[in-house]
Amino acid sequence: MTTAVDRDALRTTQRVGDRVFSTATIVAGSLILAVLAAVAIFLFVQSIPAFLAVPEDFDPGVSNFWAYVWPLAFGTLWSALLALIMAIPVAIGIALFISHYAPRKVSQGLGYIIDLLAAVPSVVFGLWGIGVLAPMLQPFYSTLVEWFGWFPLFAGPVSGTGRTIFTVAIVLAVMVLPIITAISREVFLQTPVLHEEAALALGATRWEMITMAVLPFGRAGIISAAMLGLGRALGETMAVAMVLSPSPQVIFQLLTSQNPTTIAANIALNFPEAHGVGVNILLATGLILFVITLAVNMLARYIINRRKAFSGAN
Amino acid sequence: MSKRIEVTDLNAFYGKFLAVEGVSLTIEPRSVTAFIGPSGCGKSTLLRTLNRMHEVIPGAYVEGEVLIDGNNLYGPGVDPVLVRRQVGMVFQRPNPFPTMSIQDNVLAGVKLNNRRMSKGDADDLTEKSLRGANLWNEVKDRLNGPGSGLSGGQQQRLCIARAIAVEPDVILMDEPCSALDPISTLAIEDLIEEMKADYTIVIVTHNMQQASRVSDRTAFFNIAGTGKPGKLIEYDDTTTIFSNPSVQSTEDYVSGRFG
Repeated sequence: MTTAVDRDALRTTQRVGDRVFSTATIVAGSLILAVLAAVAIFLFVQSIPAFLAVPEDFDPGVSNFWAYVWPLAFGTLWSALLALIMAIPVAIGIALFISHYAPRKVSQGLGYIIDLLAAVPSVVFGLWGIGVLAPMLQPFYSTLVEWFGWFPLFAGPVSGTGRTIFTVAIVLAVMVLPIITAISREVFLQTPVLHEEAALALGATRWEMITMAVLPFGRAGIISAAMLGLGRALGETMAVAMVLSPSPQVIFQLLTSQNPTTIAANIALNFPEAHGVGVNILLATGLILFVITLAVNMLARYIINRRKAFSGAN
Repeated sequence: MSKRIEVTDLNAFYGKFLAVEGVSLTIEPRSVTAFIGPSGCGKSTLLRTLNRMHEVIPGAYVEGEVLIDGNNLYGPGVDPVLVRRQVGMVFQRPNPFPTMSIQDNVLAGVKLNNRRMSKGDADDLTEKSLRGANLWNEVKDRLNGPGSGLSGGQQQRLCIARAIAVEPDVILMDEPCSALDPISTLAIEDLIEEMKADYTIVIVTHNMQQASRVSDRTAFFNIAGTGKPGKLIEYDDTTTIFSNPSVQSTEDYVSGRFG
């Protein structure tokens, strides 16, 4: 008899709240997987006709899908890469200024302004790129081509409108700046005071303290932030579609009127008039974008994990 | 290499709050001086004024003089960065840089002064410093491993090795054993005894047995109440403080009647 009583006392009581909460988290967790799977399956199934498409389905001069998608994939990666090269140093600089240099009042205000920048719709950035940035930069581009035209990236002939891949990259850089800054700032603020004081007590200046303690500690966070920014830059549609008049080629020159376009912008520009297998081809380029983004993220994960023992997490 | 420290009429503030008031004392070279007292009495604050780490905290500042071999640390034009290169510090919790290897941790301070260093010199200095901190035998096979992979006591000795690698005049220790087990504590205390031959050492401790074991002179600090500034109550030879103190509150504290 006593054993039965003990067993009752030890039996787990299933509380309603616990069950509801546990179910809710499982559903939420599964939902994200389901959505991702649904998107992936949709993209893949719809893409199959594109992979089998004959040359007549494409523009003249393009023989198959891979020849069609390659310049677009290049344009996507190229513009995003240029944007990140410009945005990351500036974002880290702003984040360090906010977290370690600025007086508290200034840093709060500045952080708020950076967040506001993230709230500007991308179509506005596109208009700004066409209306303000491109005309403003065109004389500068002319000078650059004139003086540094021997350098392959700056080779002429210069674009007369300023609407080049370089302008697009600047617009993209401005767009990804807030997210990279915001995350870097949070990571830098998390640096343990102990490590900062260890550096200072060894006689480090503020900049030396940052290079010894803050930046190494924030390395994984900076990479994550850059990847989120890259994700936005890779997928950005409106700003690119508005600024560029595309030519489907692989072109490294930054300042000419011949510019590669991106996958997302290409879909947006061509989808309204696409029909038949043309729709499948556009969807297949979307699948490629999906794969590129996935690959980039996996690469970032690998870079972060490679020096895990030195991450400061243990 | 080791130097005399003279503190004169020192007040330390956190913003408007006066944390330490009117401290004057002289610390002899090649000796170990212990700061004891109840929590919040300002002993750690005072310690941090000796290498200008106090002012790292926003709003914190110091009045008065701290002379190291006659040079005022708080004189006009004195660069706190250079002060800290002469006065090393070991913190309460072991804080090796987690992103650096053991060797890089040891050399972290040296590389600030002298970026170009031959591999041979770097290895020699690493060995010398780690031997100085009694850690060499435990880590010599994994100098390129992460510093954060060591035990707490080893990490603290790594921090001591890092501090002595720059050959400072003075080493400040802020409760260096409070996060360590008794064996590691003993290892550090033995180390302090050996290091006394070369350095002026100032140690803050909550452990009165530790103060009586390692120090030559002891300073007792106390506060009149919460929100009041900490003051130096008595400063004398350690044996005197623990056996025959001249102030009643010192005797109460060291005999465990309060605090």
